[in-house]
Amino acid sequence: MSDMLLEVKNLKIEATAYPPGEAPRDITIVEGVSFKLEKGRVLGLIGESGAGKSTIGLSAMAYGRGGVRLTGGEVLVNGRDVLQAGPAGLRALRGREVTYVAQSAAAAFNPAKRLMEQVIETTLHHGLASKAEAEARAVTLFARLGLPNPETIGRRYPHQVSGGQLQRVMTAMALCPKPDLVIFDEPTTALDVTTQIEVLAAIKEAIADTGVAALYITHDLAVVAQVADDIMVLRGGKMVEYGTTDTIINRPAEPYTQALVSVRSIDHNEKSGGAPVLSVKGITARYRGTNFDVLSNVTVDLPEAQTLAVVGESGSGKSTLARVITGLLPPSAGTITFVGRDLAADFEARGKEDLRELQMIYQMADVAMNPRQTVGTIIGRPLEFYFGLKGAEKRHRIQELLDEIEMGEGFIDRYPAELSGGQKQRVCIARALAAKPKLIICDEVTSALDPLVADGILKLLLNLQKIEKVAYLFITHDLATVRAIADSIAVMYRGKVVRYGPKSQVLAPPFDDYTDLLLSSVPEMELGWLERTIANRKMEAAGN
Amino acid sequence: MHPVITLVAQRLALGLLLLLAASVLIFIGTQILPGDVAQSILGQGATPETLANLREELGLNEPAVTRYFNWLFATLQGDLGTALTNGQDIASSMGKRLGNTLFLASVAAIIAVPLAILLGLIAVRYQGRWPDRVISTVTLATVSVPEFLLGYIAIYFLSVKFRVFPSLATVYDGMSLGDKLYAISMPVVVLVLVVLGHMMRMTRAAILNVMQSAYVETAELKGLRKFTIIARHAFPNAIAPVVNVVMLNLAYLVVGVVVVEVVFVYPGMGQYLVDHVSKRDVPVVQACGLVFAAVYIGLNLVADIVAILANPRLRHPK
Repeated sequence: MSDMLLEVKNLKIEATAYPPGEAPRDITIVEGVSFKLEKGRVLGLIGESGAGKSTIGLSAMAYGRGGVRLTGGEVLVNGRDVLQAGPAGLRALRGREVTYVAQSAAAAFNPAKRLMEQVIETTLHHGLASKAEAEARAVTLFARLGLPNPETIGRRYPHQVSGGQLQRVMTAMALCPKPDLVIFDEPTTALDVTTQIEVLAAIKEAIADTGVAALYITHDLAVVAQVADDIMVLRGGKMVEYGTTDTIINRPAEPYTQALVSVRSIDHNEKSGGAPVLSVKGITARYRGTNFDVLSNVTVDLPEAQTLAVVGESGSGKSTLARVITGLLPPSAGTITFVGRDLAADFEARGKEDLRELQMIYQMADVAMNPRQTVGTIIGRPLEFYFGLKGAEKRHRIQELLDEIEMGEGFIDRYPAELSGGQKQRVCIARALAAKPKLIICDEVTSALDPLVADGILKLLLNLQKIEKVAYLFITHDLATVRAIADSIAVMYRGKVVRYGPKSQVLAPPFDDYTDLLLSSVPEMELGWLERTIANRKMEAAGN
Repeated sequence: MHPVITLVAQRLALGLLLLLAASVLIFIGTQILPGDVAQSILGQGATPETLANLREELGLNEPAVTRYFNWLFATLQGDLGTALTNGQDIASSMGKRLGNTLFLASVAAIIAVPLAILLGLIAVRYQGRWPDRVISTVTLATVSVPEFLLGYIAIYFLSVKFRVFPSLATVYDGMSLGDKLYAISMPVVVLVLVVLGHMMRMTRAAILNVMQSAYVETAELKGLRKFTIIARHAFPNAIAPVVNVVMLNLAYLVVGVVVVEVVFVYPGMGQYLVDHVSKRDVPVVQACGLVFAAVYIGLNLVADIVAILANPRLRHPK
């Protein structure tokens, strides 16, 4: 019993599924998971979406999200089985012994309350300290987590601070009642890489300082490698591999773990030259009713059958550039030339050919499709609209497209809800290809997908590029994706292109400051990367 | 300037514009009523000469636009004109009636609004269990029964069978507050029952909607009690829709009490309006319509402003 804080034995978690048109049935989400966590240690839970990692994490608080039931096994926190605790016992456990840091702090904070009130609420509720003591502790934590103005930031409302700051405030909120265990549920996933590294370092320091134990849940192995002592790899609710961080990263035994470690191994030879299919010249744009330029003087070229990656953090204007090119947001200055023709600024003034040859794929495949239409209808629509195909001819073409995206005939009459995330995105790709476009704008198309699935999509896109000779304007914040598929790269920052050229040049030194920051912030799959990077930055800052 | 001030000023201006539009509609509405005012005042025995004289006297020969603006400017100066039927000043005779109606409405509101919100919170706390079902069913039943029927049922039980409250809600000058409250207890009971269901159900729905939010989960994982979560974390974020429904119901309490006032013979605006509509007393009907419109627009304006103030993003911009 000495230092054992959390002991999970043979955990089983179930839920009830309600498949459309069928009787509800029970499904097992997690089965046979066991692990131990000692005081002051950090265990990383890693897996793709649906692996059950959040569900397992929340079981330490005996909490089942959305009707999930903890049906078997034991979860011992400080020696007591929390699955057997009554409502009062659970209230005493939650927020006192175990606290939680959610993925999206923006949603997890009550928008109607000031930050300080929320941060110290648990401490006061459990009677752990007086209001003044709790506030003093919160301020100390704010300072330790590197928040600006630690004395006054608590008076702000959640919407008044940035996403990265909010995530740190949430960490302070979890640490304030001095818990034994903190569950970090993808705390940096929603952040830009440049912000992620700061938050990650702050969290790691806070864990070390307070001596708290932590469960760190993420789908990003490179991230978890920086903070965890041990790692458990999960897949489909079952444990795949469990060992020290060093073993998992450097000597993974299971094929699945090996695949996770070596993800993004796409071979892609950079192409160059060729006539541009799209030329964007001097584009400046702003949204109606605002008085600052979201894009200023953006100039890029994209040759036929090549890929231009537009990278930058959120708010850099990369999606706005897509809106300008598609004619959704007419620019205030600049011209767009497409296949040798000048494009009208507003899409309503563009001809059918312009619309056909420029297609788009979106980040959220689920909301980009009508849930009440079958896959066949979705892909068939552009065939009818642009080429007037009907009946057997149309069905034949739909079939061809489904083959191209490596999905079989069986999918033609399915609804989007019956598809996995990766399959949905494939259908969206097929719909874009159906128009036989010269250019497809891909807006963060792999961001919502798990690494292995995203890899599959990227490989598919590269293959299709070879067959269909289509060019991609690839918008992403993920540099690994950029390395995998780009021929040329435009780095955007605050509405400007700060670096632009062939991939080999853009990703090679000497770097400008921003590109350097961006590149060095991408977590690498090796132990000690975080400390080294932070130390390097401190030295550079001291040197200047 | 603070964005809230701008927004509130916009709403106020919009409200005034709406009131002006309402005044036009009321005027048109009363003017296109079939029949001739002079004819209906004088009745069957009118001679053409007396009709012409009366029309001249009432200004009915002027063009409609002129009459509208005359009426509008007089109204703006507080002169609502005189009743055709008894020659009394409308402003003063309506003032007392309006006071009575507002008294009845406020008493009903003071009871109904907190009760509805509390019942809504309780229904959420015990969602799907018996307290929720009882509250939801009973309030649905009271909303569904027409108010006159509800009035007569109340009279039958409370006045006739058990003799606790008077069946006639007679109030007059010089009554003490306690006597007045006792006198209006029956209409208050009926009004509370009528508006309770709507407000309670909206509170319940709005809070349940918010209960899906991630921050409610955060509160739950803090180990807070369910009722604390609902009252402290969910309710503040459900204020805007709740206030809207509360205000609609308050407006109903003023504007829609006609039937209840008639059932209990209460000397309020409703009685006054019904009396004068049947006598085709156009200036009174116009004045009543305008007052009702003003109350309605005013309360909805308050709802809008409260909703704006309840939004921390607007109250505390970045």
